[in-house]
Amino acid sequence: MGRQTFAWFTQPPAVGDPRLSKAAGFLERNVVALAKTLDHAARADETARRRGLLQKLDPRAKCVGIFAWILAAAATSRLAVVGTIFALAVALAVLSAVPVRTSLGRVWTGVLVFTGSIALPALFLTPGAPVCRIPLLEWNVTAPGLLAATRLVGRAETTATLAALLVLTTPWTHLLKALRTLRVPKTAVVILGMTHRYLFLLLGLARDYFEARRSRQVGRLDNAQRRHAATATAGVLLGRSLALSDEVFMAMRARGFRGEVHLLQDARFRTRDGLALAAFVAVAALGLL
Amino acid sequence: MHIPDGYLSPSTCAVMYAGAAPFWLVALRRVQAMLHARYVPLLSLFSAFSFVVMMFNLPLPGGTTGHAVGMGVAAVVLGPWGAILAISLALAIQAVLFGDGGITAYGANCFNMAVVGSLTAWAVYRLISGRSALGSPRRAVAAALGGYLAINVSALCAAVEFGIQPRWFHDANGVPLYAPYPLAVAVPAMLIGHLTFAGLAEGILSGGVVRYLQRADPALLRTTAPENATDPLQPQPAGGWRTVRPLWIALAVLMIATPLGLLAAGTAWGEWGVEDFSNPEARQHIAAASAQVAPPDAVPSGLERLASLWTAPMPDYAPAFLKSRSLGYILSAMFGVGSILLAWLAAGWAARRLRGSHNRPPSATLV
Repeated sequence: MGRQTFAWFTQPPAVGDPRLSKAAGFLERNVVALAKTLDHAARADETARRRGLLQKLDPRAKCVGIFAWILAAAATSRLAVVGTIFALAVALAVLSAVPVRTSLGRVWTGVLVFTGSIALPALFLTPGAPVCRIPLLEWNVTAPGLLAATRLVGRAETTATLAALLVLTTPWTHLLKALRTLRVPKTAVVILGMTHRYLFLLLGLARDYFEARRSRQVGRLDNAQRRHAATATAGVLLGRSLALSDEVFMAMRARGFRGEVHLLQDARFRTRDGLALAAFVAVAALGLL
Repeated sequence: MHIPDGYLSPSTCAVMYAGAAPFWLVALRRVQAMLHARYVPLLSLFSAFSFVVMMFNLPLPGGTTGHAVGMGVAAVVLGPWGAILAISLALAIQAVLFGDGGITAYGANCFNMAVVGSLTAWAVYRLISGRSALGSPRRAVAAALGGYLAINVSALCAAVEFGIQPRWFHDANGVPLYAPYPLAVAVPAMLIGHLTFAGLAEGILSGGVVRYLQRADPALLRTTAPENATDPLQPQPAGGWRTVRPLWIALAVLMIATPLGLLAAGTAWGEWGVEDFSNPEARQHIAAASAQVAPPDAVPSGLERLASLWTAPMPDYAPAFLKSRSLGYILSAMFGVGSILLAWLAAGWAARRLRGSHNRPPSATLV
């Protein structure tokens, strides 16, 4: 390490130096983003193991039923139907001990920010009779624009809520087995299961790489160095993933894997699961009538 | 880029599932045939890697950050068929577990990013990298361009899917049922973001990872390289004649083809000269190209004043000393290309001088 760098290292950190905080921010942002993803998945798994209405149902009934509601919300042109499905989804979330404000609130905020920003210009750009005028900007909000934007946001919020409800009340392994009822190939189910398992390992590894880099970093990184750090981390992670895939394959071979995929289907479809599925399908059919 | 549920009609979603399905089927068969039982852990790990890479905040020029999809890296390392499956699986986890992208729109997202994106990235990478050595900088450039173009072509597909919604799916009063913007709005809106931020993120990730692999583990680049390019220990010198020869040939062909521009009749919209306002034929062209809005009778005073500030040495690509317009075009192209090259050489020389005269800010990574 050069004398100049060493001298800089012994100085107290320049708190508030925008250049320093910017450099630290890049590594920190990656650490935080990866940690948040891990936290999100862990919370979903924890909620899925609570005792609630949807948790008691067979994952196959839940999977098909919620998918039917998603289809109904996507296919209907009536806002009342979308609103009813949304209200039913929230009611099911409450009965299933899903934390509405934190878990679903996060989903709603994300959808509102993303879809809302896309839908906003439609208020003014869609031709039609004006319903009100925005002061200062003097832009007209048109009736068809309002309807189109509400439909878009309403549908996106409802379908995102339903998808979140499915994941928050079903452990991933059960959900994957349920996908078989939707004719998802067995191989895809097995690969998705393994992907999910190693996803957390790689997320943790990536977080550790950034954390290690941050703890060893002295001084600020310029933009090119930050890009280099990010792509090098991706490269290391890629090499690690492929090496790991070889190790996993050897372990699978050692246990007798010859390319044939088998799944254990231990869940029992009971009367209440059939009734719940019938109720889901009936609501979806009513919405589409 | 990740289309949520509710943006596309169910029939569009069904068509997109049907469009992606044959590619999934062919990809699975090819990967199974190539890797036998090994494909299960390989695809699992690579999908997990793709997912994690999508989470990275990539610093972009200008100080902002962006997220990449990883289709460029996947296509370069696994080839197009492996990439289709790996990206599709990563998108499935994103859609189901993290709500990023819809469940009904999953087919569309896979078609756009996994199928079209991977095939584009692979084709561009193979086309540009050619038979260059595994350690050649040309491969990193090819991967970066492949990633950049792939995400833009994917975005174009998504924009077209959005853009057809209001035309085909609306209620009795004509109010859109799904994505409300027509093609004229959806295409530029999607492409502006992707030509700038998202495209750069994908290009940087693809090029950067390939550059890293060239130094650390070039064997990973062998799958998609021609057989005679497996020589990682003898990289071609950067800037060598063989590296840039195809670019020079392409440039020469383009210069010779410049007289094709003469086939285009009239003046490009907005590029009118002062004399066009007094020429009746030109006035007709201007009106026809401007939705029948007639140009003003007199030349706008500002245009008249500023137009005389600079007289081009070769106005309208037609040097005064040449009678042949075609030759004039070719000469203008040569002059233009030469000027740009000289400017770049001067800028490169100045940048090298500047870099040499300034000390870099103190920065180090402890090891």
